[in-house]
Amino acid sequence: MREQRASLPGAVIAWVVAFLMFFPILWMLVTSFKTEAQAIANPPLIIFRPVLESFAAALSQSGYILFAENSIIVSLVSTALAIAIAFPAAYSMAFQPGRRTQDMLVWMLSTKMLPPVGVLVPIYIICRDTGLLDTRTALVIVDMLMNLPIVVWMLFSFFRDIPKDILEAAHMDGAGPRRQMIYLLLPLASPGIASAALLAIILSWNEAFWSINLTASHAGTLAAYIARYSAPEGLFWAKLSAASVLAVAPILIFGSLAQRRLVRGLTAGAVK
Amino acid sequence: MQRPTPAALPLAAALMAGLSLTPLAAGAATLTIATVNNPDMLIMQKLSPEFTKETGINLNWVVLPENTLRQRVTTDIATKSGTFDIVTIGTFEVPQWGKNNWLAPVGDLGPAYDLNDIFSSVRAGLSYKGTLYAVPFYAESSMTYYRKDLFQAAGLTMPAQPTYDQIAKFADKLNDPAKGVYGICLRGLPGWGENMAFLTTVVNTFGGEWFNMKWEPQLTSPAWEKAINFYVDLMKKDGPPNATSNGFTENLALFSTGKCGMWIDATVAAGVLYDPTKSKVAADVAVAPAPTAVTPHGAHWLWSWALGIPKTTHQLADAQKFLAWSTSRSYIELVGKTNGWVAVPPGTRESTYKNPDYLKAAPFAPLVQQMILSADPEHPTLNPVPYTGVQFVGIPEFQGIGTTVGQDVAAALAGQTTVAQALAKAQASTKRAMTEAGYLQ
Repeated sequence: MREQRASLPGAVIAWVVAFLMFFPILWMLVTSFKTEAQAIANPPLIIFRPVLESFAAALSQSGYILFAENSIIVSLVSTALAIAIAFPAAYSMAFQPGRRTQDMLVWMLSTKMLPPVGVLVPIYIICRDTGLLDTRTALVIVDMLMNLPIVVWMLFSFFRDIPKDILEAAHMDGAGPRRQMIYLLLPLASPGIASAALLAIILSWNEAFWSINLTASHAGTLAAYIARYSAPEGLFWAKLSAASVLAVAPILIFGSLAQRRLVRGLTAGAVK
Repeated sequence: MQRPTPAALPLAAALMAGLSLTPLAAGAATLTIATVNNPDMLIMQKLSPEFTKETGINLNWVVLPENTLRQRVTTDIATKSGTFDIVTIGTFEVPQWGKNNWLAPVGDLGPAYDLNDIFSSVRAGLSYKGTLYAVPFYAESSMTYYRKDLFQAAGLTMPAQPTYDQIAKFADKLNDPAKGVYGICLRGLPGWGENMAFLTTVVNTFGGEWFNMKWEPQLTSPAWEKAINFYVDLMKKDGPPNATSNGFTENLALFSTGKCGMWIDATVAAGVLYDPTKSKVAADVAVAPAPTAVTPHGAHWLWSWALGIPKTTHQLADAQKFLAWSTSRSYIELVGKTNGWVAVPPGTRESTYKNPDYLKAAPFAPLVQQMILSADPEHPTLNPVPYTGVQFVGIPEFQGIGTTVGQDVAAALAGQTTVAQALAKAQASTKRAMTEAGYLQ
């Protein structure tokens, strides 16, 4: 088979598109090293003496560490729970499908189509009555539920690629569903589980609506941390950029390290 | 030995982490304050350890963007959740929330507080049926900023009370896009608190109003047509390009970097424009009253960010202590001494405007005082109206109505529709919204 090589125009277009997509992040990074006066300069300043005052202000004024800690705990715990619930569900749907399995999968995904604000008041009241307002527990549960359909779908796609014969052979040898999951599915699908987990962590990390609405001063994640710098009256563009850099840096580094697995996970099942 | 199931591993991790999922233990006296992000509130947060030192009461700050804060606090109060002990709200919300019985009356803040020192117009804007429901930490009106160097070069003189006709003539003369200077910068960004806040003052002074006494929308009245046509023509001729993207912040950036000959907007911008570290035109900026047309009624607005106590709080007495501390004369003096007099929260107390240190640091102060004192939310228009509020209509539906109309006007400014078409559309949508809300049969 002849290897496909990138043509020059194709490569140029790819680089231009990639640069355009990356430009907002680049500009945010550049602005974060400006003073507030430089940040609003018109035309925008390209050459300037970088300063760290916005980072210092963002770190000193608003308890970054607490928000970062909340982001880490909420995204990791909600993802762990989502995987724990989705793994057996996807196993059952992939290997022992019923008449309504396909409908159930579509129905699960349809919950993602509901605007979150539509269920804000009921969820708020549930959290109030259970004493979960402004706790990380509430965010963990909500994020887990939010990501569950996607995780189930991803694991389901991975499981479908695993030949059924392997599981049937194990079944013939007397392995029940639990042993099949532990000794066969877990090692075979570990790349898929990792991809699903990575995506769930990123989605949970970036989730803003529930983080802002269910928390106050204790459980807010980095999304709530950024929101505090958005102000119509008052110039906080440099501080907002610095806060945004501080908030996205961990997940950006994490995402680039896990890029290969992530792309593999997202394209799973696309080509048979 | 039984091996753990695949599900059990992450679950165990989750449960272990779950031990740390509960909120931090709250102290005996900790107040949670929901607030917006602006320079005055930042200073207050920075100085709040003084309050804790004096009273032993700890403070937790929840800082959110303005519209998010409204939604967040409304949800919390409407569901009686009691998350917040103190909320930052404006003159738009206070009378409505007072009417809904959502806020505790301010009550007695102690003999040293001197409530009567707070501007009467600001107190009126934060009251419902004579009861004060919040105390201001900052207040503003609107006025005209202009470049005295450009005026001098063009041989122009700003009158003591400019009219919109004069402003249009000045803008024509100052407009010089080749040199990067536009005659006038005005808000174009759609939103009830953005372009419509400014445009409502223009409509008011052109003799128009949002609703007549029967709550019928008046958006196709001659006054509205004249006002909006005037604004669109002026901005197309002498305004910056893509003005529909420009709100308060963008225009502040444009004016402070020398791109505007004039700008009509919030008095709070003066603190930035007169500060040489933040503004390139600090030495050349001057101020004048907001322009008028047919009537002086409603030509300049009144807004105040204030602190109120939700009825759902369990710490009313402690919350009152914070209100008394953060909006007192001694707090203003503390800000003056620690952050400089130009940084003190403006527009709230008469004593601030008698303070020689403040008057020296803020040459614009007397005009700001005049604008705040003469703004009358009770009589915002030439004809009688059933609502209060200068740059807004004090009903909950106005946020949606104002933003929709703001989008229609922005479409006219962008040249996508004519002014007549935009106003006809705005009239129809407003009528529909008012009928659905039960104001109209």
